[in-house]
Amino acid sequence: MLILGIDTATTQVSVAVGGHEGVLAAVQSSKPRRHAESLAPAIEFACQQARVELREISVVAVDLGPGLFTGLRVGIATAKAMAHALRVPMIGVPSLDLLAFPARFSNRLIVAAIDARRGELFSATYRQVPGGLQRLSDHTIGTPEDLASELIATGEECLLVGDGALRYREVFDGLTKVELVGGELAAPSATSLVMLAHAQALREQFVKPWDLQPLYLRKPDAEINWSTRHGR
Amino acid sequence: MKRILGIETSCDETAAAVVVDAHDVLSSVVSSQVDLHAQYGGVVPEVASRAHVELLTPVVARALIEAGLDDDHVDAVGATVGPGLIGALLVGVSAAKALALVWDVPFVAVNHLEAHLYAAFLEEPDLELPLVVLLVSGGHTMLVLMEGHGRYRLLGSTIDDAAGEAFDKVARYLGLGYPGGPAIDAIAMEGDPEAIAFPRAIMDDGYDTSFSGLKTAVVNHVRNHPDVATADVAASFQEAVVDALVTKARRAAQAYGAKGLCLAGGVAANSRLRERALDVCVADGLRAFLPSRTMCTDNAAMVAAAAWWRLEQDGPSPLDVGADPNLRLPTLR
Ligand SMILES: [Zn+2]
Repeated sequence: MLILGIDTATTQVSVAVGGHEGVLAAVQSSKPRRHAESLAPAIEFACQQARVELREISVVAVDLGPGLFTGLRVGIATAKAMAHALRVPMIGVPSLDLLAFPARFSNRLIVAAIDARRGELFSATYRQVPGGLQRLSDHTIGTPEDLASELIATGEECLLVGDGALRYREVFDGLTKVELVGGELAAPSATSLVMLAHAQALREQFVKPWDLQPLYLRKPDAEINWSTRHGR
Repeated sequence: MKRILGIETSCDETAAAVVVDAHDVLSSVVSSQVDLHAQYGGVVPEVASRAHVELLTPVVARALIEAGLDDDHVDAVGATVGPGLIGALLVGVSAAKALALVWDVPFVAVNHLEAHLYAAFLEEPDLELPLVVLLVSGGHTMLVLMEGHGRYRLLGSTIDDAAGEAFDKVARYLGLGYPGGPAIDAIAMEGDPEAIAFPRAIMDDGYDTSFSGLKTAVVNHVRNHPDVATADVAASFQEAVVDALVTKARRAAQAYGAKGLCLAGGVAANSRLRERALDVCVADGLRAFLPSRTMCTDNAAMVAAAAWWRLEQDGPSPLDVGADPNLRLPTLR
């Protein structure tokens, strides 16, 4: 089984190829660049490095979001088209799950937070379980202050990861039981995606290209304004 | 012989088509989002982008099946890279590159305006050049002299609203709903186009057009004559728009010795515009080319046709091209 993983839900573009033997090649560009320009060349390069032909890919995995809408759509549109053309199934993994995954060896409460712009964060909390992580809550959207009070309320030692946490670090820095982790844990990666997708593929948890839906967690402004005006 | 898959997502139509050598349309699938946007009275970019992500895979699948390409054997993939809504464009561009990568065939970046010009050639491959093209839609109003393939001269464009935009705004003001073009076209049939003498901004010798003054005149007239029949206002407004467009196009055709006059873009589906353009061509001995209504509005067959011409002329596009919301028509100086 060979999995192509595509992650463009944050400012970075990340592509990985792997399967039973683990991740064979990964390309990561963290410099904010236009996703649509970098992604196709990154896929080509990752396949070359892994010595894999695209037609050998048996599963296309993609970061479902939440994240930056435009970047997210570039990744999902690419992944859907590839899976469709290859006639292979897809696996979608939420961005926050990917973000928390590398922190799975910690026994603290793991909190993943992605910048949702407009002063808000997408977040979710996780706990270590045998073989990985378990998500304790739904993905939510709220202010950094909301998240900070939630963390205080748990009374637990927390590991806080993600670009959302870093952006509002002043909100979290004063919390005694919360450790903010930056560096390579600041963004979801296609490497985590391929590993998580591999586990799901073994359980045959696939989705068809036309059924895969992005996780936006926020309605379009026009829809919000329209509902408000019409009292719905 | 080349089979080209075209993809179009620049605004509110999700479309895919397979065309052989820029003239033989094997399939052309258009999924319109017009109902999604109608409640907002115009196209909402975020709503459009989300719909493209959802609709594009099934639309491409249908275009391939209807073309009888069970083996997916396509020789190139072309997609609109601009102008248009950036988020919407990126969905089509990303999908097109992905398909080109998997099938190991060239990707071709297509200019949406050029695609509209090529819509005419799909139905009439022997169109003689030079040709004056009046490209009128919700986003554009341009008068183009097509001297050869890929050789265009932009003679004029609107200095304010696009013609389609003027139709939408006036229709909204008159309470006729969205989209405004078809609504005005329909009600105008019952009105008198000479009932109200709205201003025509055609007095100057140039080829630019302006519609914002006309829109204000409509508003003022209705305000001062609350009892006026809506059908008469619509018919007179439509007449003023059509008159300005046709007068300029005719003048351009005469000045540049064009062999014909061609309409393109969504507003080219307007019945009165088609009628008047035909009259002018008959009077001046020009060949009139009025593409079918489905070819006037956004579709992917025209994108595939333009991709074929671009591929012949320039070869494939690199995979790192992005989308450009403000892309212009490549013109001669
Ligand atoms: Zn158009």
